[in-house]
Amino acid sequence: MAKYLLLKHYRGAPAAVNDVPMDQWSQDEITAHLQYMRDFAAKLQATGEYVGEQALAPEGTWVRYDGEGKPPVTDGPFAETKDLIAGWMVIDVDSYERAVELAGELSAAPGKDGKPIHEWLELRPFYGNAPTITE
Amino acid sequence: MDEALLRSLTPGVIGILVRRGADFAAAEDAVQDALLEAVRVWPADPPRDPKGWLVTVAWRKFIDATRAESARRRREDLVDAEPEPGPASDVDDTLQLYFLCAHPSLTPSSAVALTLRAVGGLTTRQIAQAYLVPEATMAQRISRAKKTVSGVRFDQPGDVATVLRVLYLVFNEGYSGDVDLAAEAIRLTRQLAAAIDHPEVAGLLALMLLHHARRASRTADDGSLVALADQDRSRWDTAMIAEGVEILQAALAQDRLGEFQAQAAIAALHCDAPEAAETDWVQIVEWYDELAALTDSPVVRLNRAVAVGEADGPRAGLKALGELDDSLPRYTAVAAYLHERDGDEQTAARLYAEAAKKAANLAEREYLTRQAARLNRKSPPHP
Repeated sequence: MAKYLLLKHYRGAPAAVNDVPMDQWSQDEITAHLQYMRDFAAKLQATGEYVGEQALAPEGTWVRYDGEGKPPVTDGPFAETKDLIAGWMVIDVDSYERAVELAGELSAAPGKDGKPIHEWLELRPFYGNAPTITE
Repeated sequence: MDEALLRSLTPGVIGILVRRGADFAAAEDAVQDALLEAVRVWPADPPRDPKGWLVTVAWRKFIDATRAESARRRREDLVDAEPEPGPASDVDDTLQLYFLCAHPSLTPSSAVALTLRAVGGLTTRQIAQAYLVPEATMAQRISRAKKTVSGVRFDQPGDVATVLRVLYLVFNEGYSGDVDLAAEAIRLTRQLAAAIDHPEVAGLLALMLLHHARRASRTADDGSLVALADQDRSRWDTAMIAEGVEILQAALAQDRLGEFQAQAAIAALHCDAPEAAETDWVQIVEWYDELAALTDSPVVRLNRAVAVGEADGPRAGLKALGELDDSLPRYTAVAAYLHERDGDEQTAARLYAEAAKKAANLAEREYLTRQAARLNRKSPPHP
């Protein structure tokens, strides 16, 4: 019973094995990929391990406080070198091993030529509750 | 309306339906529906016999659900497939439900969810909120768990140890959302202790009470952790401690020691000290030795090193620690503490900061970071 975040990157992750961008796939390849992602989420819902997921737009802005009475300062667009998150999924699983297994499955989503993308996903544990019994 | 009373009737009512020929999964669904109806109807029209009312309504719901399904599966077949309902007491039914919901074929999270619903009578929504997952996810988890145990005979003897592990998990998860899981775990363990005379069940109940009694002092108003030595002991619930100690003593008198009794004995010794300085660390070390012999758990030996540090001085504690694997969770935190006690504040500060990065929860990380910051103010690190 531990929650993990699976992070998918637009950039910043090590290169995938089947590293062809989606805009160079066929219509059927795109359809197959999207179906795989939907099936994966549906499967996790059925196993009782799904918590949530969202996709993020690639554009964004840096924002910071600029002092009393002043509007916040914004800066953008992001530099090309910035690590850029494309989306996240949260799962609730019994073990770290199970989280790794599921991340591996998600990374096998089909891409160009229907072959697995082997995309690198970032797997991050959530902090849990502090246990009551520690002594 | 007394919701705790209502929920305490859950296992007995499920048991009756199963004995009348309903399968467990359908019986559990029907009783859950009946509980929801009770919450709706009872405030305005309380029944004279709450349990009888639940049985009648749950049975009607079961029949309705079965009729709806009858094209696929005739009721006669269903009844034939079940063993003859023999004479059984409520206590037996309750016990069988605990065994079934903690069946070894279930994963820990499924066993926890199923126990809270079928034995605890909590709704899927309440369980989902407590574990911070969507209701649909929790519903699936429970439905799969029911499918997993569907082939298990209801009257088959189970293993108390697996039930205790599930209840321990529920208790240790603590407090989040509307449902106080610690209090619920205590209620369920109390109910189990009433159904079976077993020293480890009593040991776990005592352990829970002896920790729950100190809950108010474990966290400051801002939610931050307060170390045992710094807790305001006047806030401990002395009546609950007395109850825990009494239950523990009766269990120990049976002379069948187990890990929960040993853990409870350690908790009892902490509860027994009016001031932190008066803690009987020598006896605590002895109990850790017992516990290590029973479980061979590295976490136990880590906690033992802390106790040795108090009983025989920080050098002895560091020596005991040195015999353990430094990749253990909380190893670095323990090392930091012992080095501080030994007067080496710079090493302690460095280790506290390192331990903070490895903490498994936010409260612990903040606690360890504060310790590092406190020591760094006193003796700033060398540039």
